[in-house]
Amino acid sequence: MEWETVIGLEIHCQLATDSKIFSGSSTAFGSEPNSQASAVDIALPGVLPVMNLDAARMAVKFGLAVDATINERSVFARKNYFYPDLPKGYQISQFEEPIVTEGRLSITVDDKDKVIGITRAHLEEDAGKSLHEGFVDETGIDLNRAGTPLIEIVSEPDMRSAAEAVAYMRKIHALVRYLEISDGNMQEGSFRCDANVSIRPKGEKELGTRAEIKNINSFRFVEKAINHEVERQIDILEDGGEVVQETRLYDANKDETRSMRSKEDAHDYRYFPDPDLPPMILSKEFIEEVKESLPELPEAKRERFMEQYELDEKDAAALTATRETAAYFEKTVEACNGDAKTSANWINGELASYLNRNNVELEDSPVNPKALGGLIERINDKTISNKIGKTVFESMWKNGSSADDVIEQQGLKQITDSGAIEKIVDDVLASNADQAQQYRDGNEKVFGFLVGQVMQASKGKANPAQVNELLKAKLS
Amino acid sequence: MSVTEKDVRYVANLARLSVSDDEVKFYADNLSRIVALVEQMNDAQTDNVEPLSHPQDAPLRLREDRVTEVDQRDDFQKVAPAASDGLYLVPKVIE
Repeated sequence: MEWETVIGLEIHCQLATDSKIFSGSSTAFGSEPNSQASAVDIALPGVLPVMNLDAARMAVKFGLAVDATINERSVFARKNYFYPDLPKGYQISQFEEPIVTEGRLSITVDDKDKVIGITRAHLEEDAGKSLHEGFVDETGIDLNRAGTPLIEIVSEPDMRSAAEAVAYMRKIHALVRYLEISDGNMQEGSFRCDANVSIRPKGEKELGTRAEIKNINSFRFVEKAINHEVERQIDILEDGGEVVQETRLYDANKDETRSMRSKEDAHDYRYFPDPDLPPMILSKEFIEEVKESLPELPEAKRERFMEQYELDEKDAAALTATRETAAYFEKTVEACNGDAKTSANWINGELASYLNRNNVELEDSPVNPKALGGLIERINDKTISNKIGKTVFESMWKNGSSADDVIEQQGLKQITDSGAIEKIVDDVLASNADQAQQYRDGNEKVFGFLVGQVMQASKGKANPAQVNELLKAKLS
Repeated sequence: MSVTEKDVRYVANLARLSVSDDEVKFYADNLSRIVALVEQMNDAQTDNVEPLSHPQDAPLRLREDRVTEVDQRDDFQKVAPAASDGLYLVPKVIE
């Protein structure tokens, strides 16, 4: 039987506020345990939450960027459950009336565009952290993270493959960073996702029973976890079994998902409006003001790059995939006298492959835009050939030095002195007399060989155009 | 609607309350009577009434995003049942 995969994602994204959502504690990462956990965060009796305006502003920003409805009225609700890293015994979240509803985001997979529906995005507080290691009969609780503002972005079950889920997650990730509402740091848990996965026979309208995979914190894992889960469900159904609705945890070490809690003791959260927090009312003026503060979004930037820099769509899309790449590109263009096409080629080609191979983020690239622009300048002014440029780039990557320094130190300056090139050409022709004769006899393929010999003799430094010209003249 | 003994046990479990068999019966009776009292409201005509999220007709107050709290961990941990190396300690939990 042919199966169809159905995926919906819930993305939890920490908002980049300075203080927590309901208290004046700092949200900085990595501080001493519990040094940023105030009376409100540890839920001492008698404390009251006071909502952070910027957290609301950031949620509105997100909603506007995904074409969603911004609800002028939204309501905070209590989600009740017991866990030691949730000291109040409930999480303040939004349930029936979230701040953002009905948005959409388009993704591209295998050159096909597809719109993914966003059901809602709601504001909530993060929980603290439980530490199990290093204790025998106890668990350590760090509440620094408790009360950090989050938006939970819930998609429609619109994705049909792990690749689409990854594309969607990447797009949301790039977007929250464009908007500067989250640092998107996945190692620190600022951006994580739960995946709802089910399968059904192709053509079937009804959704199959779903499993929820919890707390996936990398793009690679989301793909692996979903693919693994799909295989598991197909195996069950093809063996005549039934998928159980449950929460599963992805174990990256074993590349498998395992059950966390089954449906029998599934949580009954008993949501109800939080009496400590009256409805949040946002004025039209406030929403309008946020709208005007939106930065240039990826799609608009891509259009502008195509227009202003005369790039094709593929280059422009790659360069605007993240805000950092776009900024890197524009700085590089500036540093090489506006040569946008060559800048795009280097960034999407050589630089991208070095970053990939060495698993380095663009922000940490040893070659900065100014240095790359400098290298492009040296190619454009014919100090070096494009091919030598790649050698120079390699040294720049390794040593973090400028193109000029590398060219100087390694003596890579292109030979454009026609006298010097002529001498090399003469030597090559003298020691390859047979091949030269073959060419004169009409075997044109030998020409490439002779060019190669000259380039080799010059250690790649001879200007290729001049070599071609001189060889042709000598052989005619 | 009446509250059954099963309901009482379910809610007690969610609230992490220990309730004896005698108490289950007692609470089921009492809660049923409270629910019956509240149920009188079902007779009220509410077709044109908006649901109420909060009894006070005041919008949420929003504060500027500023760090105003200082570290009072040592004071807080003095009254905690157990703490070590800055962490609050609880009986082992494993999910």
